[in-house]
Amino acid sequence: MISEKRRKIERSKRLSERVAFGIFRVMSLLVVGILFVILGFLVIKGFSVISWDFITKMPEDGMTKGGIYPAIIGTLYLIAGSMLFSFPIGVLSGIYINEYASNGWVVKFIRLMTNNLAGIPSIVFGLFGMSLFVNTLGFGDSIIAGSLTLGLMTLPVVIRTTEEALKSVDNSFRHGSYALGASKLQTIRRVTLPIAYPNIITGLILSIGRVSGETAPILFTVAAYFLPRLPHGIFDQVMALPYHLYVLATSGTNIEESRPMAYGTALVLIMIVLFLNLMANALRRYFSKKVKMN
Amino acid sequence: MTKPFHKKLLEKIVEGILALSGSITSLAVLLIVIFLFKEGLGLFKRSPVAEGYVLAVNKNNPVNRIDSKVVKRIFDQEITNWKSITGKNDTIITFRLDNLNSYYSDEKIGANLENLSVCISSLVDSISGIIAFVPQKNITNDFKGKLVKPENVSAGEFFLGKEWYPTAEPSAQFGVLPLLLGTLWVSLGAILLSLPLGLAVAIYMAEVANPRIRNIFKPIIELLAGIPSVIYGFFGLVVIVPLIQSIFNLPVGETALAGSIILAIMALPTIITIAEDSIRTTPRSMKEASLALGASRWQTIYRIVIPYSISGITAAAILGIGRAVGETMAVLMVTGNAAVIPHSFLQPVRTIPATIAAELGESSQGGPHYQALFILGCILFILTLIINLTVEYISSRNKLAKR
Repeated sequence: MISEKRRKIERSKRLSERVAFGIFRVMSLLVVGILFVILGFLVIKGFSVISWDFITKMPEDGMTKGGIYPAIIGTLYLIAGSMLFSFPIGVLSGIYINEYASNGWVVKFIRLMTNNLAGIPSIVFGLFGMSLFVNTLGFGDSIIAGSLTLGLMTLPVVIRTTEEALKSVDNSFRHGSYALGASKLQTIRRVTLPIAYPNIITGLILSIGRVSGETAPILFTVAAYFLPRLPHGIFDQVMALPYHLYVLATSGTNIEESRPMAYGTALVLIMIVLFLNLMANALRRYFSKKVKMN
Repeated sequence: MTKPFHKKLLEKIVEGILALSGSITSLAVLLIVIFLFKEGLGLFKRSPVAEGYVLAVNKNNPVNRIDSKVVKRIFDQEITNWKSITGKNDTIITFRLDNLNSYYSDEKIGANLENLSVCISSLVDSISGIIAFVPQKNITNDFKGKLVKPENVSAGEFFLGKEWYPTAEPSAQFGVLPLLLGTLWVSLGAILLSLPLGLAVAIYMAEVANPRIRNIFKPIIELLAGIPSVIYGFFGLVVIVPLIQSIFNLPVGETALAGSIILAIMALPTIITIAEDSIRTTPRSMKEASLALGASRWQTIYRIVIPYSISGITAAAILGIGRAVGETMAVLMVTGNAAVIPHSFLQPVRTIPATIAAELGESSQGGPHYQALFILGCILFILTLIINLTVEYISSRNKLAKR
C-alpha cells in the first residue's frame, strides 16, 4: 500500500519535472529563434538590394534609388570621433578606479555614477548634447557635437571593461614588478596594461558596435535627413546609417518605393553590428584561453 | 634609495590626470542634470500663449486672468458664455486674424495691413463679448481694449494635465499625464511578456541545459542585446505591426501592444543575463541538501533556487523596466504616437522618449515647447535614476546578506 502511494508521488514528481523542463526548453529555443527570425527576414528581404553600387553611391530620386555611401561614411566619422574621445578617457578612468583609488567610498561613488550614466536613456543624451554642444558651445549640428554625445554615452562600457580587464590581472605580476624595483607607473605601463590589453580592446569593439547603431543621441546633434555629399570638416553635418534607416522607414518622400532601400540599409547596419559583436566575443575567448595556458 | 625629483613629479602628474579621468562620469552626470533643468525649468515662469501674441478683451469685461485650459476651451467653442468663468452674462465671441475679413474688407485693412492695429482696436472696443488672439506688435499705445494674462504654466497642470497639445494656439497645453501613462503601459506590458520568458530561459541556462547548449545559447542572447533599437523598430514596423492589424482586425496596427512586444524582446537579454547570474549564486550545498532529501530537480529549483535568488530576479525585472522606459526609436516607430490616455493595449499610445524624439526638431530653441520637452527629459532622467538606485540598493543588500 505504502509503496504504491510512493510510486504515485514519484511518478507525478517526475512528470511535473518533465513538463516544466520541456516548457523551459521550448521558451529558450523561442528566444534564441528570435535572433534568427530577425536576421533571416532582413537577409531575405535585403540581400538582393545590396550591391557594390548600393554601398558606394549617393542616394538618388528622393532616396528611392542609388546607394547609402554618405550614411556609411558618416557612421565611420562618428565612430572615429566618439572613440577618440571616450576610449582614452575611459581607459584612464578604469586604471584610476582599479589601480589608484584606495578602496572605499571614492571607488563606490565613482562606480555608482558610472552605473547611473550607463542607465540614462539615449534620448536624454540627445537632449543634453543638443543643449551643451550644439547650443551652449555653439558647435551647431556637427560631427564634433555628435561624437562627443556618443562618446559620453559609451564611456561606461569602456570604463567597465577596462576595470574588469585590470582586475583579471593576477596580483603576483604586480608584486613581481614591484620586487624588481619598478614604480607604480612603470608597473602599470610595462606589466599590467600589456596583460590586460586584449580585454580592453574587446571593450573598444563593443562600444564601436553600440555607437554605430545608436539613433536617438544623434537625432539633434549631427544627423542630416538628406545630404548627398561627404562632410567638409568636423563642424559639418553628416548622414548616419541608423538615422537613415529611420528616415527611409518612416518619413521618406515615398515610403513604399524606398522600402527596398530600407531593407538594404537595415541589413548593412545589422551586419556591421553583429560582426563587431562576434569579433569582440571571439577575441575574448581566444585570449582567455591563452591566459589560462600560461 | 630615493627617486629623483622629476620622476616623482611625473608620477604625481600622471596620478592627477588619472584621477581627473576617474571623475569624468560623475562630472557627466552632474552636467546632464544641470543642463536638463536649466533648459526645462523656465517653462514654469512663462505663459503658455504663443510667443509674440496676446489675448485682448473689451475694456468693460471684468475678467483679468484666464487659465490656459480655459483659453483652449473658449477657442474650441466649449465655453460660450463669460458667465461660466466669473464674467458678465455675455456670449463669448472669439477672434483670430483669420476671421478679420468677416469684419473688415481688404481695402479698409490696407494692402500691406497698415491699418491692422486700428481695426483690431476698434473691433475689441465695439464687441463687448470678444476675446481676440492678436500679435503683440499690433497693440499700440492707444489700444482701446484690455489685455488679459493667462496664468503661467503651473507644475500641477503640467503633471496632472490630461491634454498634450504643445503647439496649440492660442494657448498650448502641456499635460504630461497621457505621455506618462503611455510610457508606463507600454513598459508594464513589455515586462509582463518578457519576465516569464526571460526567467524560464535563465533557469534553463543555469540549471537545466548542459554546458554545450549553454555555450551556444549564451552568445546568441548577447547578440540579441547588440542589435540596434532602430532595427528592432524597423522589424516591428514591417512584421509585427501588420500582424497585429490583421489578427485583431484593427484600422491601424501601430498600438501599445506592438510597442510592448518589441520592448519585451529588447529587455530579454538584460533580464536573462542578470537573472541567470543571480540563480548561479545559489550555494551548491543547499541544492545538494534538497536533492538528498528526495526532492526532484524541479522541486529544488522552485523551492530552493528561486527563493534564494529572488532579489536578483527582482533586480533583473526592475532593470528590464528601466530599459523599456527609456527606449526611444523602436517605440517611436511602432506605437502610433497618439497623445491620448490609453484605455487598451490595442490603441496607439505615445511615450515620453518618443515624444522628445518626434517633437524636439520642430520646436524653436528656448520656446515653451522646447522647455516642456526638456522637462520630459528630466522626468525620464529621474525615473531611470530611481530605477538604478533601487537595483544598486537591492544588489548591495544582497551582498551583505550572503557574506
